[in-house]
Amino acid sequence: MPPRSASKPSKKRSNPDSVTSSATGPVPSAYSKKKASKEVDETDKLFDKYANASSGVIDPEGIEKLCSSLEVPHTDIRILMLAWRMKAERQGYFTKGEWRIGLKALKVDTIGKLKKALPELEKEVREPLNFRDFYAYAFQYCLTEDKQKFLDTETICQLLDMVLGSTFRAQVDYLIDYLKIQKDYKVISMDQWRGFCRFCNEISFPDMTNYNLELAWPSILDDFFEWLREKQA
Amino acid sequence: MDQGFELIDAAVTKLKRILEGKPEPAFGSHEYIENYTIVYNMCTQKPPDDLSQQLYDKYGGIFEDYDKHTMLPSIMEKHDEYMLRELSRMWDINKIMVRWLSHFFFYLDRYFITRRSLPSLTEVGMTCFRDHVYNNVHFNVKQVIIALIHKEREGQQVDSALLKNILDLFVQSGKGSMERYEDDFEKFFLQETASYYSRRSSSWILEDSCPEYMIKSEESLKKEKERVTHYLHSTTEPKLVEVVQTRLLVLVAKQLLEKESSGCSALLRDDKIDDLSRMYRLYHEIPKGLEPVAKAFRLHVTSEGNGLIKQAEDAATSGSVEEQVLVRKIIDLHDKYMAYVMDCFQNHTLFHKALKEAFEIFCNKKVAGSSSAELLATFCDNLFKKAGNDKSNDDSTIESTIDNVVKLLDYISDKDLFAEFYRKKQARRLLFGKFNDEHERSILTKLKGQFGGQFTSKMEGMVTDMQLAKDQQTGFEEHIKNGNTGKPKGVDFTVNVLTTGFWPSYKTSDLNLPLEMVNCIESFKAYYETKTKHRRLMWIYSLGICHLNGRFDPKPIELIVSTYQAAVLCAFNNTERLTYQELFEQLNLSHEDLVRVLHSLSCAKYKFLKKEPASKTISKTDSFEFNSKFTDKMRKCGESRYVPLPPVDDRKKVVEDVDKDRRYAIDASLVRIMKSRKVLPHQQLVSECVEQLSRMFKPDIKMIKKRIEDLISRDYLERDIENPNTFKYVA
Repeated sequence: MPPRSASKPSKKRSNPDSVTSSATGPVPSAYSKKKASKEVDETDKLFDKYANASSGVIDPEGIEKLCSSLEVPHTDIRILMLAWRMKAERQGYFTKGEWRIGLKALKVDTIGKLKKALPELEKEVREPLNFRDFYAYAFQYCLTEDKQKFLDTETICQLLDMVLGSTFRAQVDYLIDYLKIQKDYKVISMDQWRGFCRFCNEISFPDMTNYNLELAWPSILDDFFEWLREKQA
Repeated sequence: MDQGFELIDAAVTKLKRILEGKPEPAFGSHEYIENYTIVYNMCTQKPPDDLSQQLYDKYGGIFEDYDKHTMLPSIMEKHDEYMLRELSRMWDINKIMVRWLSHFFFYLDRYFITRRSLPSLTEVGMTCFRDHVYNNVHFNVKQVIIALIHKEREGQQVDSALLKNILDLFVQSGKGSMERYEDDFEKFFLQETASYYSRRSSSWILEDSCPEYMIKSEESLKKEKERVTHYLHSTTEPKLVEVVQTRLLVLVAKQLLEKESSGCSALLRDDKIDDLSRMYRLYHEIPKGLEPVAKAFRLHVTSEGNGLIKQAEDAATSGSVEEQVLVRKIIDLHDKYMAYVMDCFQNHTLFHKALKEAFEIFCNKKVAGSSSAELLATFCDNLFKKAGNDKSNDDSTIESTIDNVVKLLDYISDKDLFAEFYRKKQARRLLFGKFNDEHERSILTKLKGQFGGQFTSKMEGMVTDMQLAKDQQTGFEEHIKNGNTGKPKGVDFTVNVLTTGFWPSYKTSDLNLPLEMVNCIESFKAYYETKTKHRRLMWIYSLGICHLNGRFDPKPIELIVSTYQAAVLCAFNNTERLTYQELFEQLNLSHEDLVRVLHSLSCAKYKFLKKEPASKTISKTDSFEFNSKFTDKMRKCGESRYVPLPPVDDRKKVVEDVDKDRRYAIDASLVRIMKSRKVLPHQQLVSECVEQLSRMFKPDIKMIKKRIEDLISRDYLERDIENPNTFKYVA
């Protein structure tokens, strides 16, 4: 007998709108297909709950609704992580395809399960290899225009806080201070963005004794280093 | 048999007597043969009567006996030089004895010795002497020799031949190797020499001046080398020279060269060519010996150069440097010290390098805010401007000055900055003054030779343009004469067509010209179109010059003014008065330009216009009137020169332009390098980039870093994910 996920009972509990009836079919493959398609249906129905009826995608409003359902502030990093999981392309919007991908990867199809899956997701994202990818994604995600390559410093400050704030509080605080004060850089590139993460990971803080100006750190970090050194003196 | 031995003994005794100088008839040839035959017979007996072995032993025994019992005692009972003499005498005797006896015993040499591979008779003789005489006396002998050498060093005479003979004994005692000579004599000799010269050097360095010390050192070295030829073995020479040089020159090099008032610096300052040549000669021999000298040279030249810079700074009034004076002085400095390098220092690369490094240090200093690149460009500008007017500066002096300029430019790292300043000034020279075509071309040819065609291409283009413009003008005038276009009535019109890109960029404006000028423009345009298609002419009115006839009441005066000024003045041809606003609308100049022009015409030296109110500044409510009362004692007046921007602004613009070009150059270089290397670590990329660009300028490392980042964001390069200090080329 095909394994039944434990979803059925919980589905009934937390998702009263969905119509569930599991069909026990004599043919296993048909059953699994049906089950799969049923899961997809569940996922789709969930999608429709938040999607904008006319555009057919979840727009920023929908996302806000989703966030309150998940009881997560909508500037929370976990939404970004979810977007990453979905490989969402456009900031503030989830397409049906992306939704499906994300929820399937998390193996959830109800809000309750999704909420429960969030801590798991976070743990997964924080694994070093995934985090690298996620970190770069975070930058990419904020690029709204076609062919846009840079983000303004204000957005960067917010992103830094969101993405690195919990792990590297001190560095992020100083970086944000610096970015606000300095006048040389109005926008940040992906390379510089990546540099920030590398900096936090590799350089001991706040002494920064292993920072080497002669290496290929992006200039903005060289300037940050010198600025901080001067402050510490 | 016994008889044989007896005969031999007799012969030996006879020999000894001869050698000792006792009266004894010499050996006749029959005795000689007899002795030989005795030995021969004794050797050719059938065994066991073959006495070869016994003879051989006897031979050895003779020497041993004589050495021990006669030679050694007689040597030992003497002292000092007498001992040496006795030793020498004994050594000579031994040699002769060996010769004679080995003749007698020769048959042994031929068969017995070779068959048994025994040492030859000569060898035996020598070995005996060494074992029984030399080994016992060499220590004392060595002491005596060294004492004698010391005496000789102090100025006394010694018997060279004696010493030579004795030392030869030492050599021979080594039996093929120099061991005995080296261990029993040379080692001690060198030690003694070292301490001798140490003492000398300590006292000389305190008492003597540098030249005096050097002369004494040179003398000492000469004497020591003579000593070698007189009696030391030739292999001692290099070791001896090294010891003396070390004690006299190497260990005290710093003290010597830095001696106050007589050291290297002072000698350079006072032109002491002989002393400097001597210094070079002495230190040249020593490996790496010239380095401290070259260093002293470099430091001296650097401080001289810095001194000149400081002088110029102090003399600079209100930010303007007397660059003519400074550059000439630097050129003179260069000639002076180059002469030293070629003469005293024999053109040695170490000194060329020292000179180069010294000049690179002070030639790149800023003087009162102006970079050396700018100063050099200004120098050239003034040189050529004056040359036009002043016939006393003849062509060959100009040529040699140009050569010097090119040499100096080599030391300046911001060559591109020089090029830009030079280009701007050249443009002014070409357009507004008399310029000497030959001079202009000459310096460009020389610069091209030294720095490549790309360096001078724009400037050369400009000079060529002027030539073409002349031809063009002739063609234009012909064209008009032939009645092809409406001849601009009563207006002589000259046009210079400049190729964009060669010339600096100039601001222009859509000035509304007076009708007469418009006609000129149109007629030239028509002519030009017949000559070339597909070219657009952009008229730069800001650079033009006009000669106007000013019909003033007192007397007519020819006014030489800029085109803008002329346009303003011509506006008054039709009306007596015009307000600022009217002029502004009529002429279509910017407020900035109009204010400047009106100021020059009404508030400056030549007041061609009257201004109401008669204040010192132009305001938009002013009105102007033709000043019919104007007069001047001259027949021509006006500020004909292109009103230049104040020098500081100009400089800023040049520096900005050069910075921009550098950014492109760095980009191009980085891409070029990465394209060929594909993958390269950061440090190498930076250093290769610096290397590539060093011909033109010294790139700022920070700028290179920023350009790399820019290229990354433009997807020319990418950072290696695994190794973020390495870059990869993105195809």
